[in-house]
Amino acid sequence: MAWKDLLVERRSKETLNALLFFSLALLFVFQFALGPDRERLAAVLPGLLWLGFILSGMLGLGRVFLVERENDCWEGLLLAPGDKSAIYLGKLGGSLALMFVMEAIVLLLFALFFNLDLAPVLPGLALVIGLGTLGFAAIGTLFAAMTAQARARELLFPVLLLPVLVPVLLGTVKATEALLLREPLADVAHWLKLLVAADVVYLVAGLLTFDFILEG
Amino acid sequence: MVADPLIRVRGLVRVFGATRVLDGVDLDVAAGEAVALLGPNGAGKTTLLKIVATLLRPTRGTATVAGHDCAREPEAVRPLIGVVAHGVQVYDDLTARENLRFWATLSGLPADRDTLTQALAEVDLERHAQTRVRTFSAGMKRRLALARVGLARPRVLLLDEPFAALDARARKWLEGRLETFKAGGGALMMATHSFGRELGAADRLAILAGGRIALDTPRAALAPDDVQRLYAAHTEEAP
Repeated sequence: MAWKDLLVERRSKETLNALLFFSLALLFVFQFALGPDRERLAAVLPGLLWLGFILSGMLGLGRVFLVERENDCWEGLLLAPGDKSAIYLGKLGGSLALMFVMEAIVLLLFALFFNLDLAPVLPGLALVIGLGTLGFAAIGTLFAAMTAQARARELLFPVLLLPVLVPVLLGTVKATEALLLREPLADVAHWLKLLVAADVVYLVAGLLTFDFILEG
Repeated sequence: MVADPLIRVRGLVRVFGATRVLDGVDLDVAAGEAVALLGPNGAGKTTLLKIVATLLRPTRGTATVAGHDCAREPEAVRPLIGVVAHGVQVYDDLTARENLRFWATLSGLPADRDTLTQALAEVDLERHAQTRVRTFSAGMKRRLALARVGLARPRVLLLDEPFAALDARARKWLEGRLETFKAGGGALMMATHSFGRELGAADRLAILAGGRIALDTPRAALAPDDVQRLYAAHTEEAP
């Protein structure tokens, strides 16, 4: 499933191109709004970084199941014998790969736009981004499946997803803030634990409920 | 009624809001037999197919495939059926071979090169194995869909307008494939609007009207004019 989604994306380039353009536009807006004031920038940078990830990620996740509407492939997935949680894991794998590529590019652009030296904090930051993205994608993929067949899916998807994402947002923004202030990783262990717990809960929820959601 | 049918439908009722689309449908299809469902738009042909295909739950009544209840045991029914509906369930941005590999892998079926090449050859698409489906005609997509369902060697085929978008050559080809499928002991249920050569594959005609089977009759004895006359008489609609 992940192989198929990535192959379709590689050929159509619909999602990645749109996400990159959107992220770039977002960075320009942030740059103009905040100006060169370093102090102001330092205070809001972690929130802005994750706002960029979440907004771009939501655009991408919202499209995860649209490809299945093409030629009624959704019905094909439903009729495929076997454990439907494999479909969920495949979709999640494809989404994660796409989001990591997008986040790496956004992070690079962030460093360039705001003149940041991220090299010393990169391992810690990668861990936080990895954990945050896993939780985000796990619950986002589930909600994308839930709203894929709904008429008002563009509206429903963010409305349902954002409240559930609060633990991930809280954990990632706080941990990123501490890392950018050059605090050691051990000082943000409680936020990392929150992220791990959220990841486990979202993943288990996805694996257990995806079958029912697919069946409608 | 057939003695030991592969598909058995009893007292099937399906209600959508205030509309009773199916209102007590009884129908059997035996192994090696094909039934063509005829009826005007909204008669419930697709609804009936979807219930047997486990894609829709009946409001009342039962549909079984090889003794398995379609609503209660969908996981037992799905490996036994092949469904080609209006949507052909293939991805436009994958090649024909990649599409087959994806669906075979997802269904836990062999997905080696030889198997896939053989499946494509059966639908006369082996020359287009590496071609993206986006460039296929509607008829080629439909043939690829048949190759997809054929991978699992289903015992039951459920086809919705199988001859739509096919040219004369492809129609003749499909007719032959359906005869081969029946000869292998498969049961076939197809919904159609047409009265042309596609009825040639059918052993029985079932006319749906008013949510019920208005007529269930062997086809062999009927001339094309007889079919049209019977259809008009039971549906109050000229074909």
